[in-house]
Amino acid sequence: MTGPSDRLSQRAKETPPSGIRRFFELAEEMDDIISLGVGEPDFSAPWAARAAAIDSLERGRTSYTANLGRRDLRQRIASHVTRYDLSYDPDEEILVSTGASEAVDLAMRALVDPGDAVAVPQPSYISYGPTVSFSGGDVVQVETHAENDFVLTYDDLERAGAAEASALVLCYPNNPTGAVMTREELSEVAEFAREHDLFVLSDEIYAALRYEDDHVSIATLPGMRDRTVVFNGFSKAYAMTGMRLGYALGPSEMIDAMNRIHQYTMLSAPTTAQFAALEALESCDGAVEEMRREFDRRRQFVISRFNEIGMDCFEAKGAFYVFPKCPPGWDDDEAFAEALIREERVALVPGRVFGSGGAGHLRVSYASGMNELKEALNRIESFLETQ
Amino acid sequence: MEAKRELLDLLLSDARQSTEDIARQLGTDAATVEKLVDELESEGAVRGYQAVVDWDHVDEEHVRAEVELNVELDRETGYEEIARRIAKFPEVSSLRLISGSYDFAVDVEGESMHDVSNFVSEQIAPIPEVTQTVTHFVMTTYKERGVYFGDGDDDDRLAVSP
Repeated sequence: MTGPSDRLSQRAKETPPSGIRRFFELAEEMDDIISLGVGEPDFSAPWAARAAAIDSLERGRTSYTANLGRRDLRQRIASHVTRYDLSYDPDEEILVSTGASEAVDLAMRALVDPGDAVAVPQPSYISYGPTVSFSGGDVVQVETHAENDFVLTYDDLERAGAAEASALVLCYPNNPTGAVMTREELSEVAEFAREHDLFVLSDEIYAALRYEDDHVSIATLPGMRDRTVVFNGFSKAYAMTGMRLGYALGPSEMIDAMNRIHQYTMLSAPTTAQFAALEALESCDGAVEEMRREFDRRRQFVISRFNEIGMDCFEAKGAFYVFPKCPPGWDDDEAFAEALIREERVALVPGRVFGSGGAGHLRVSYASGMNELKEALNRIESFLETQ
Repeated sequence: MEAKRELLDLLLSDARQSTEDIARQLGTDAATVEKLVDELESEGAVRGYQAVVDWDHVDEEHVRAEVELNVELDRETGYEEIARRIAKFPEVSSLRLISGSYDFAVDVEGESMHDVSNFVSEQIAPIPEVTQTVTHFVMTTYKERGVYFGDGDDDDRLAVSP
């Protein structure tokens, strides 16, 4: 008889385990650990959003919704995104998905044929590459660089051969670096996309978490709206990761194609979460601003502490990550992270997990309370002193 | 947001943190923080720094009552005068003029219920302008000045996530 492992598809066999798993396992087996390796807010969802979810359950609203998501939610999303100068028709250009991750996967499947190349900046969130592969596409890795504060440039794209790709993924504010892109910086990328006819998949899940300036979406730049799908959601801004709710904004042909795949795989995004999301958009701006301000203080604290203790850390202006360099004497981010967790019980994520451009750096999440951050930085400092 | 207002938020959340840590969070230096703190104090915006104490965990008796006070004003005596007089007692830990069915809300603290009720009947009630007192003893404190005294919710996030 053929064993189960022989039955696995080539695709499943070729999918590597996520690089953070080893650190997750190390962290799980230790007590008294301070983890700065967490990719989600330490806050809970605003109470009004949770109460709306409870209320919807009490009223028995537990059925499917329209494939695209509840119409009132899509209308709310349409008016919400006008703050980024984005304008989309709630009936044809917005799809509510099970987390922004599902929407990214849908867009890849709608866009990528076997053999198509998709340019993915590195370092970046770990899911983009695998979703390209699931669609049979090939990833063109585009390294971004510490000396540019990990902003994606025209030269980076050119050097990596992204001109051959049919699509380009963007994720700014960026996980894992915390880098953001200004209108001017995005203009270069938009120019490249227009010149080489690239479709852009812009994951803007951290749009609400910018600290020095306002978020700019590449879809607002000249000639970009029709060649861009924007992804956003409720996980990061509203601390609703476990609710699994995101959305995609794009030209109606793209949204329609994504919806045709979505209707056979997911049917509709979780109904309870849609009620929570509607309330979040209606009444939780204040809670988001409060979280943003708290993140901003922590951000400034960790950046200045890392620089003080000799770990070079550029001024990340978005998301809730900073991306310091390994200290002098350590080039291997994985070895450093492993020694740190064993010696001082502080968990950071090695930068190389997020792609080649991340090697020699560490992702530090400041989605932890101030006291934990202070203690973690003290432990890292004493670790460096004993080396 | 204005730096001084930010500083106030940080002091409200933890007034014991070091000047250096405050400076790091505000993206400034310790000397600037010291200067802003001095200003907050001299302007009267910050009146003091105190611990938030859960007396259930202190090995001594401690009783608190919230006392409702009704007063009668006359031509010579206003709320200010009455308040100044009541505030002088060390047993009075807070004193507020409020809207509604009574005039002053007074927090009185002492070592026993007997202490507190004696204080109210012998020191507060006899004040000529005071027409009525209602004393509510505090049974349990769940939250004080923003600090919840119960067990916090555990952080059940995965230790490492993408």
